[in-house]
Amino acid sequence: MRLVVNGTPREADVREHESLLTVLRERLGLPGSKNACEQGECGSCSVLVDGELVCSCLVLAAAADGRRVETVEALGSAERPHPVQRAFVEAGAVQCGFCTPGFVVAAAALLRENPEPTDAEIREALAGNICRCTGYGTILDAVRRAARITT
Amino acid sequence: MTVAARPRLRGVVGESAPRSDAPPKTQGAFAYASDLAREGMLHGATLRSPHPRARIARIDVEAARALPGVAAVLTAADLPTKVKFGLMKLDQLPLADGRVRYAGEPVAIVAAEDPERAREAVRAVRVEYEVLPAVTDPVAALHPDAPRLHDDGNVIEDVRVVHGDPDARADVVVEDEYEVAMQDQAPLGPEAGLAIPDPDGGVTLHVATQWLHEDLRQIAACLGLPERKVRLVLAGVGGAFGAREDVTLQIHVCLLALATRRPVRIVYGREESFHGHVHRHAARLWYAHGATRDGDLVFVRASIVLDGGGYASSSSAVVANAACFGAGPYRVPNALIHAVGAYTNNPPAGAMRGFGAVQSCFAYEAQMDRLAAALGMDPVALRGRNALRDGDRIVTGQAVEGSAPVADLIRRCAALPPPAPPPGLIAGEVDLTALPGGVGNVTRGEGVRRGTALAVGFKNACYSHAFDDFSTARVRLVRERGEPVAYVLTAAAEVGQGIVGVCEQIARTELGVQRVVVETPDTSIGSAGSSSASRQTWMTGGAVLAACREVKAELARRAEAHDRVRRTPRDGEPVDVDLAPLLDPPIERTVTHRHRPTEPRDATTQNAGHVAFLFAAHRATVDVDVETGIVKVVQVATSQDVGKAINPLAVVGQLEGGIAQGLGLAVMEEVRLQGGLMRNASFTDYLLPTTLDMPPVVCDLVEHPHPDAPYGAKGVGEPPTISSTPAIVAAIRAATGRELNRVPVRPDDIVFGTAARSGWRMRPGADPRTAVRM
Repeated sequence: MRLVVNGTPREADVREHESLLTVLRERLGLPGSKNACEQGECGSCSVLVDGELVCSCLVLAAAADGRRVETVEALGSAERPHPVQRAFVEAGAVQCGFCTPGFVVAAAALLRENPEPTDAEIREALAGNICRCTGYGTILDAVRRAARITT
Repeated sequence: MTVAARPRLRGVVGESAPRSDAPPKTQGAFAYASDLAREGMLHGATLRSPHPRARIARIDVEAARALPGVAAVLTAADLPTKVKFGLMKLDQLPLADGRVRYAGEPVAIVAAEDPERAREAVRAVRVEYEVLPAVTDPVAALHPDAPRLHDDGNVIEDVRVVHGDPDARADVVVEDEYEVAMQDQAPLGPEAGLAIPDPDGGVTLHVATQWLHEDLRQIAACLGLPERKVRLVLAGVGGAFGAREDVTLQIHVCLLALATRRPVRIVYGREESFHGHVHRHAARLWYAHGATRDGDLVFVRASIVLDGGGYASSSSAVVANAACFGAGPYRVPNALIHAVGAYTNNPPAGAMRGFGAVQSCFAYEAQMDRLAAALGMDPVALRGRNALRDGDRIVTGQAVEGSAPVADLIRRCAALPPPAPPPGLIAGEVDLTALPGGVGNVTRGEGVRRGTALAVGFKNACYSHAFDDFSTARVRLVRERGEPVAYVLTAAAEVGQGIVGVCEQIARTELGVQRVVVETPDTSIGSAGSSSASRQTWMTGGAVLAACREVKAELARRAEAHDRVRRTPRDGEPVDVDLAPLLDPPIERTVTHRHRPTEPRDATTQNAGHVAFLFAAHRATVDVDVETGIVKVVQVATSQDVGKAINPLAVVGQLEGGIAQGLGLAVMEEVRLQGGLMRNASFTDYLLPTTLDMPPVVCDLVEHPHPDAPYGAKGVGEPPTISSTPAIVAAIRAATGRELNRVPVRPDDIVFGTAARSGWRMRPGADPRTAVRM
């Protein structure tokens, strides 16, 4: 299959039943998206496919053929972090961090669509991501903070 | 380089400073155990028993071994030793030999060229089982006629607390039975490890764990290797909460690496993770509380049965905790508490945040509300009246030291700002997300009732009962490109809680150096103990503090020798030191820190068995739709004595995260078992709180320093998970009038109001083995 990952055209040999997440992690050297539930319940594997937020564990790799995929790795860099990434660090929203890439991608997608979300909108938008460490308070704070930085 | 002109240090003790592992974690650049890979590595997989209790008649691995791409298939017959493993009791073989004691017990392991082939090979192993009737009721397991599940019987641990007059009488007595279901820690990162065979015949294991050295001890023994030939390196840990205290895949992945002479990785999927690690003990508790008419507690009597499952894990310490803290943070002159942990054929139970204190707190706090009702007293006032003060003794006879008066926590918590009033019955536009059931649109507010209630809880910090509890830290102060840099090495597992940040902030504060590098923990240094028991800040923080002070002393000696010190007139501390010439050679100090010794447990558990106590109060407000039984937790407020917040934002993160797990146990989280089989081993069926379930939390950090702790900082991780659950359930009781003697509270419990009954008659305080079937 061919796809454009983080702006770069890539090719990968995939088995027919493999998920996009497996291809990203095991074939394309992009382990930033995490595998935590394999059922689309926790959002740790969130990526954008043609700009749309999806759980990459639920996307058959073949279905991503020819698509544009953006992962957490392309959102920002160590030198130039995305405002959401900066806000997560500053707000103390990172503990074990396993859910963080998924939350960061989902929050960035939310702010792209809705730069000034209300608290209820943030909660609704992030309800597909599970964090077991923080209790979400600092994550919500990070998203509010990122919205302020962005707008 | 003169320090005189240096800018103020950023990220010292007391500041809400970002931790150094946060940026890579937001970028997907932090390597978790499941992200590790090595050229030419094999993939491991595990065959597990489908039966909770069976004899293994025969295992045939020929078909599996013959599959292409399969490098090894190992069963008990291939184990290099017959040594058993276990955290506190060596009672389990790495692979079942002849008998299985729970559904999910490992029977065979394979290594293959890719994960698919490994799974295929697992399916190709043929096992003939003689299925035996499973013992799944822990009370029945204690009966003398029950089948013996282990050679030494079905009692894992038996703890009695006898305090004052165990037969004391009181004016007012309340009594009931309580049940706590099994909870899963559900860390987001699955169990994972990568083992690499070493040229000396040993093995190096990169693994996500809570305690490197304890893993090392168990692995080396089971492999039949000297401990020096087994090296462990901490891989990125995606949460733990107790689930990584036990060995899961550690021995398996090393066995496969040694058998194949190739690197081997094992990564569990979510379903296997549920089967692979221990859980919070399910419990049955029978309680009686007695008080004077004025509301002074006279006695607490309790019998507690904890379901240990197929193997012991840390059950013995969990049982001791359930008993020691079983009367709550109150002055109780007379107590009789008898707690027993039972082997059953359910999945094994072990450590989870709160560790035995959670189960008894749910029961004693329900009892306190019941007692208040019987006395016609305000439940908050009843708690305040009986709350422990400094110098008061808990029911083990140990005095409370270095803690804020519990009545202060109760008073402060009760006074925290309440949430906005309920949305009420609204005909037109309504924010559904503010109502029980959310956008499921099950109510417009007509059947919704609000309730508020408060609960208090406590437990120990660090290890108890004469355990030699220590942590080791090495601090190296070096000069790099003209700048001082402090390197800190410990074996403390960063599992998310923030020990990395604690070490950074302590070293910065003590050494006055901005750049602190916390190195990857491994077993090249002494043990740090486990990241559990709310102990790492106290123990590893204490070790880093002590090592820094030794480095500082050496720095001062060198400075004197160089005559480069000018002293401030105020405190005589050396300042304006040009460190550069003082760090050649670098200064390195390794210090092992111990807390003061604790006493061993005696037959009546009357001793100073604990280092210190941690207290918190929680107030919960809920809206309950009494027609559907759906609960919306509206707010949780908490006052917790944290001693000193090394990083206030990180402490708030611990409090809020712990409360989320307490909320989970209160209203949604339950590992459902049927005949010993787990029915909901997935995140689709095991429900975890999301942003829509978790309310805003109001945190009140009370800083009452403990004299023995670094900067007075107590552990903070566990208290949030102890009394948040009973506070939420009490709020639901207040809203509905239902009895609710079981957690998690299910919609049916609210709608129909049927109390949970074990079917066993038990006199509270009596030996649980004397229970009589009703």
